[in-house]
Amino acid sequence: MALIAVLTVFGSFTQANAQDGKALFQANCASCHNPIKDATGPALQGITGRAPSTEWIHKWVKNSAAVIASGDKYANGIYTKWNKTAMTAFPNLKEEEIDAIIKYVEEYKPPTTTPSGGDTAGSPAKEADNTWLYVLVTIVLAVLALILIRINKGLHKVANTEQGIPNKKDVPLKRNKVFIAVVGILLFILAGYWMVNGGVEMGRQQNYMPKQPIFYSHKVHAGINQINCQYCHAGVNDSRQAMIPSTNVCMNCHKQIGEYTGEQLFDHEGNKIDGTAQIQELYKYAGWDPAKKEYKRDNQGKILATPIKWTKIHNLADFVYFNHSQHVRVGKVQCQTCHGPIQEMDEVKQFESLSMGWCINCHRETKVDFQNNNYYSIFEKYHQEIKDGKRDGVTEAELGGLECQKCHY
Amino acid sequence: MSQKKYWKGLEELANTPEYQQSVANEFNEELPLDLSDNLLNATTPRRDFLKFLGFSTLAATVAASCEMPVRKAIPYAIKPEDIIPGVPNYYASTFVDNGDIIPVVVKTREGRPIMIEGNTLSTITAGGSSARMVAATLSLYDKTRLRQPHVDGKPVDTFDAVDSGIMSGLAAGGAIYLLTGTISSPTTEQSIAQFLAKYPTAKHVTYDPVSYSGMLLANEASYGSRMIPNYLFEKAKTIFSLGADFLGTWLSPVEFSKGYTIGRKIEGKNAKTAEMAKHYQVEGMLSMTGANADERATCKPSEYGKVAAALYSAVTTGAAPNTGSKNLDKMLVKAAADLKKGNGLVVSGSNDVNVQIIINAINNAIGANGTTIDFANPLKYKKGIDADMVALVDAMNAGQVSSLLIHGVNPAYEYFDGVKFLAGLKKVKTTVSFSDRLDETAKECKYVVSDHHWLESWGDAEPKANYISFIQPTIAPLFKTRAFQDSLLKWAGATGTYHDLFNAYWNGKLGQATFDKALQDGIIEPATPAVSGASFSGNVADAIAKASAVKGGEYEIVVFQNVAMGHGGAWSNNPWLQEMPDPVTKVAWDNYVMMSPKTAKEKFEAELTSINQVDPKKRLLKLKVGNKEVTLPVIVTPGMHHNVVAVAVGYGRSEGVGRAAANLGKNTYPLVSFNGTFTYNAPVTIEKTAEFYPVAVTQTHNSAETRPIIYEYTLEKFKENPYELIDERREAIEHYLTAPNEEHHEGHDAYGKGDKFDAKKFEEDFRKNGTHYPVHESMGLHWAMSIDLNTCTGCAACVIACQAENNVSVVGKDRVIKVQEMSWLKIDRYFSGDPNDPDTIQTVFQPMLCQHCDNAPCENVCPVSATNHSSEGLNQMAYNRCIGTKYCANNCPFKVRRFNWFDWNGADCFDDNLYEDGRRDDINDDLTRMVLNPDVTVRSRGVMEKCSFCVQRLQDGKLTAKKEGTPLKDHHVKTACQSACANGCITFGNVNDKESAVFQDRYVNNKERLFYMLESIHVLPNVSYLSKIRNTDVVMNGSEHDEVYNKHI
Repeated sequence: MALIAVLTVFGSFTQANAQDGKALFQANCASCHNPIKDATGPALQGITGRAPSTEWIHKWVKNSAAVIASGDKYANGIYTKWNKTAMTAFPNLKEEEIDAIIKYVEEYKPPTTTPSGGDTAGSPAKEADNTWLYVLVTIVLAVLALILIRINKGLHKVANTEQGIPNKKDVPLKRNKVFIAVVGILLFILAGYWMVNGGVEMGRQQNYMPKQPIFYSHKVHAGINQINCQYCHAGVNDSRQAMIPSTNVCMNCHKQIGEYTGEQLFDHEGNKIDGTAQIQELYKYAGWDPAKKEYKRDNQGKILATPIKWTKIHNLADFVYFNHSQHVRVGKVQCQTCHGPIQEMDEVKQFESLSMGWCINCHRETKVDFQNNNYYSIFEKYHQEIKDGKRDGVTEAELGGLECQKCHY
Repeated sequence: MSQKKYWKGLEELANTPEYQQSVANEFNEELPLDLSDNLLNATTPRRDFLKFLGFSTLAATVAASCEMPVRKAIPYAIKPEDIIPGVPNYYASTFVDNGDIIPVVVKTREGRPIMIEGNTLSTITAGGSSARMVAATLSLYDKTRLRQPHVDGKPVDTFDAVDSGIMSGLAAGGAIYLLTGTISSPTTEQSIAQFLAKYPTAKHVTYDPVSYSGMLLANEASYGSRMIPNYLFEKAKTIFSLGADFLGTWLSPVEFSKGYTIGRKIEGKNAKTAEMAKHYQVEGMLSMTGANADERATCKPSEYGKVAAALYSAVTTGAAPNTGSKNLDKMLVKAAADLKKGNGLVVSGSNDVNVQIIINAINNAIGANGTTIDFANPLKYKKGIDADMVALVDAMNAGQVSSLLIHGVNPAYEYFDGVKFLAGLKKVKTTVSFSDRLDETAKECKYVVSDHHWLESWGDAEPKANYISFIQPTIAPLFKTRAFQDSLLKWAGATGTYHDLFNAYWNGKLGQATFDKALQDGIIEPATPAVSGASFSGNVADAIAKASAVKGGEYEIVVFQNVAMGHGGAWSNNPWLQEMPDPVTKVAWDNYVMMSPKTAKEKFEAELTSINQVDPKKRLLKLKVGNKEVTLPVIVTPGMHHNVVAVAVGYGRSEGVGRAAANLGKNTYPLVSFNGTFTYNAPVTIEKTAEFYPVAVTQTHNSAETRPIIYEYTLEKFKENPYELIDERREAIEHYLTAPNEEHHEGHDAYGKGDKFDAKKFEEDFRKNGTHYPVHESMGLHWAMSIDLNTCTGCAACVIACQAENNVSVVGKDRVIKVQEMSWLKIDRYFSGDPNDPDTIQTVFQPMLCQHCDNAPCENVCPVSATNHSSEGLNQMAYNRCIGTKYCANNCPFKVRRFNWFDWNGADCFDDNLYEDGRRDDINDDLTRMVLNPDVTVRSRGVMEKCSFCVQRLQDGKLTAKKEGTPLKDHHVKTACQSACANGCITFGNVNDKESAVFQDRYVNNKERLFYMLESIHVLPNVSYLSKIRNTDVVMNGSEHDEVYNKHI
């Protein structure tokens, strides 16, 4: 949905279409503004009506401090109203880009999300119904077949007796050699299959969903409020680690947002979660005094913050080197490709198996950005083949993406 | 004479049966297996078999049913603005160690320094590094470092507890002495000045354990100023060194080797006009510098004065030298002639004032002053005057000293009369040490206020006048330590901190903007360095008379610093340096007596038998100098003067120095004597003992078994026919250049003659036609390395850099003896010449690492394909796939694969499985493990490992290029060994890129000198070498390699 689009912008937002107000909004504004709700900054819908002029908005966005300094009355009005929180200057935004953002904001309608809670609990139940049906039918049919075989056998015996042919002595099933052999082999195969699979699965944690110290809902943040993933996971473009944000990043918004007013949250067991209490929990870690609206500090002026000890969900083995920036910035891979529909998860779980086979499959199928990135210009043969129409692209595997030392060193 | 041209050790030269057996033997220890008939013929009853089967299945099940641990992900509470987790930050700083100064760049990850490389902006060292500099990160995380101040050997929690005592001690009056090593930091000098101003009775004494007083005093006598001029080795055409190990340990070896190799780089394409500085060396022992010399002769150290005088007369009057050694006389005549041609440079490692005056006179006579010796920017590495120290110790003993503050030196260990020093120390009321550990001196001091490690400090250093290099902290102090300068300022009653003083000083001098830039760059240098001379006014005749009168003995001893350990200090407790084989003797983990093979055999029954040569047990010899004696094992070293033995300092440390150092080897500083200046050589009496001691000698470990892997030519021959090597290569592989079904080309015209030779096509044809199998096409990237044997001096900075970068394990002495050392990169040292004639010995150093063969023998034999080839030419090693058959190591012709026989690092998941030897174990401490590179797997027991071409750096370089959207170029990627090399001896890059340095080196600039190891076996290495060119008349043992070659293939 709309959220997927947020992530399309990921990694390439600087080159985004200038007219794409939505993308621009999400890349530049969404971390502090919501079109229809007050966040760190005011709700933006209706700005054209409120603000003195479009030129004023242009000036304000490019350098709000200058507008305030110029003594502009309206500007100083909002500045004081919003606790003198300065807005980041965007000197690089073009005027038509700002106009595109305004257009988007004014036309924005809240997304119609499917009701939460019942969604996750509901669908597996439906599947279970079907399974039981199948099992029931199978059992009925099996019993039927057994009865028929017995009847058939009985009839045979009767027929034999009538025709004077002596009946073979009944061997009980547990002494039947064929039967024992077949069952033995089947058991062996089954056990082998089970053990091998078990061995292969060892150390994997697909669907791992541990309880976290704070009930942080990606659905509320990335989904409903459409905060760009990179706002918090800022390392994703530069580092091997996507980076879990430190509490001061949380506080950028939560200085203003002290209570949760959205729909009722449930954890995966169906317990009600008090969103506001979770925000209070964050304040404890961040060392924020919500009553005084300021940080608690020690006598040297250091903020008394403690890190949040999250339980790590996505664990790669020590001998695997994975780099987020390689995939997100260079490969332009969506977050959801590996992390699943994160914007719909109240509690995050490991969506994919993160197995080597899974990595390799993707490397086999994924075409690299061969034509646009000049780095690949050294692969002259492939370029020639593309030119000659012999191939339509180059996969990661064809550039050595399956080799051991791409990930293991 | 031998049939062999190059040999690593005498055992290899003699090729004794014992040696052959030890080379052929895969395991260098008895296997703990009973291979007798009992076991082999034993029957295993069916029930036993079932029992074992059942047990192992159960065990496997239990082991497998372990739950996945719950791991935590803990972000920063408040993230520092300039740290992105996973992305390294680099800070310019300066390595300082007792006057040794190297501008560096420190790589930090999440706020902890993990790697140190040279600062390429510095014109002094130009990015070069030394083994000790790279190993400094390990010393930072040394577990033995003190964690808080100490009073009377007991820890106290606050600085106040020490400050009050010290300040009342200082205020009590009486003579106060501040004893330091050479300090070349302008701001530290300021804080010392403040301290001295506060206490009028205080004096500052500078003392260098390895002293250059002789030079300082000689220069005072010759030029009127007590300083050491700036030596410009890069401008020298003839270098004459009289016992100065200027590439290894003398003054500023990194700077000098950089300059030295500039003068010795040869480009094959300009072969006809090639020029190369000529290096003469006269010395008693075989030093690393001597090993690099073009011409070398030996003499006793007591004869240095005589030799210097002979050279002086030869240069000035042309008188024929008469030193008593024919070789030496011949060499002196030649050297004198060369020196007179201009651009000569004469240096001496002697600490005898008179010898140094003669050296100054020679330099003056050949016009070196102002050309190769610069007086405008004197060196500030060493300032200590020995007599001051001796006077201080006398004053202490006379009870005239009331307070003594000791920084950066450890006289109880390093002073020649440590006993007297300690006796004097007892008479001093207030004794303060700034040592980072309870070493020999600190242990006896009342107060210990540990200084920060330099990686934790602010500061500056001035290696040469007007050249400044800054020190920035790269980590917050790990322990409760305080900057030395802060302590002084505090006791001087100053209000500000040293950091304030530092900022104020440089802001005042440079202005904020320039200072900020300078901090970022790490250095400030004069834009146009001026070179100036000086006029000599010394009394040569007097010096000659005095120097020639020095009396020698039948045997003489040289006390020297080895390349790894230097003067000792905290380095003795650095396991990386301890396990680094000495460049010349290839011994790790000990000090020993270096002795010529002939003397050892004939006089002391050492290395008597062939067994003894392979056996690690070496005979112990008792050395007596005056009333001091030391008993050490003997290591025979070809190239030693028959009547000279040499012992290294830095060993025989106390428990307080640390586990790795404690009681390892012997302290040899007591063999030094004082005779106006400290004298590091003396007549010695040697006694044979009946005892033996095991020494870890790595010289013939992983032997290439005499296969021809070195090519060496004299400069003259090379100029005459630069294409000799090409012809040899052609001859060796000519037959394989055409496909089997094609007609054999007559002559070599297919590739062009002489400088028209098409090295690329030659190689490609061999690649294609030398095999029946299809050839893998290399597209895009093809990694390749080229190593210049001509500029490798054997300093081993690359060895330590490799170890630091790739988390290479330290295995300890016992395991080195068992040939289980893990070094991915080793430097093989080969001798040639007659072992019984030290003057004929020539040495070649050859860095040896995985050759990344494109047709690798190791890859074919791996049953699980754990080692295989990448499309970029890397011979990859997947540790997690390796099952430890070791087939690959056995099949490797270069013997560069290393097997993890034990769990060296705690990488295994089983508890209590760690290998421990009681000495190296601190390296697995949680604190010390902070040095590990987080981008490289720590290998567990039972897997093979080897050089990866620093694949983590390659991947990172590729990623950077991809992010930039530019094709990968040389500047994106540098391997650890390459950036560590001060001499630019290693080039690395993408050989498919015609602009890359390695392509240029191989196929354009130096194709005449290019060779591959064992080229004819068609393993197609991706590491190539450039032949060694020696600027001399003969390469020992002729240049025909045929004999050896034919014998083994």
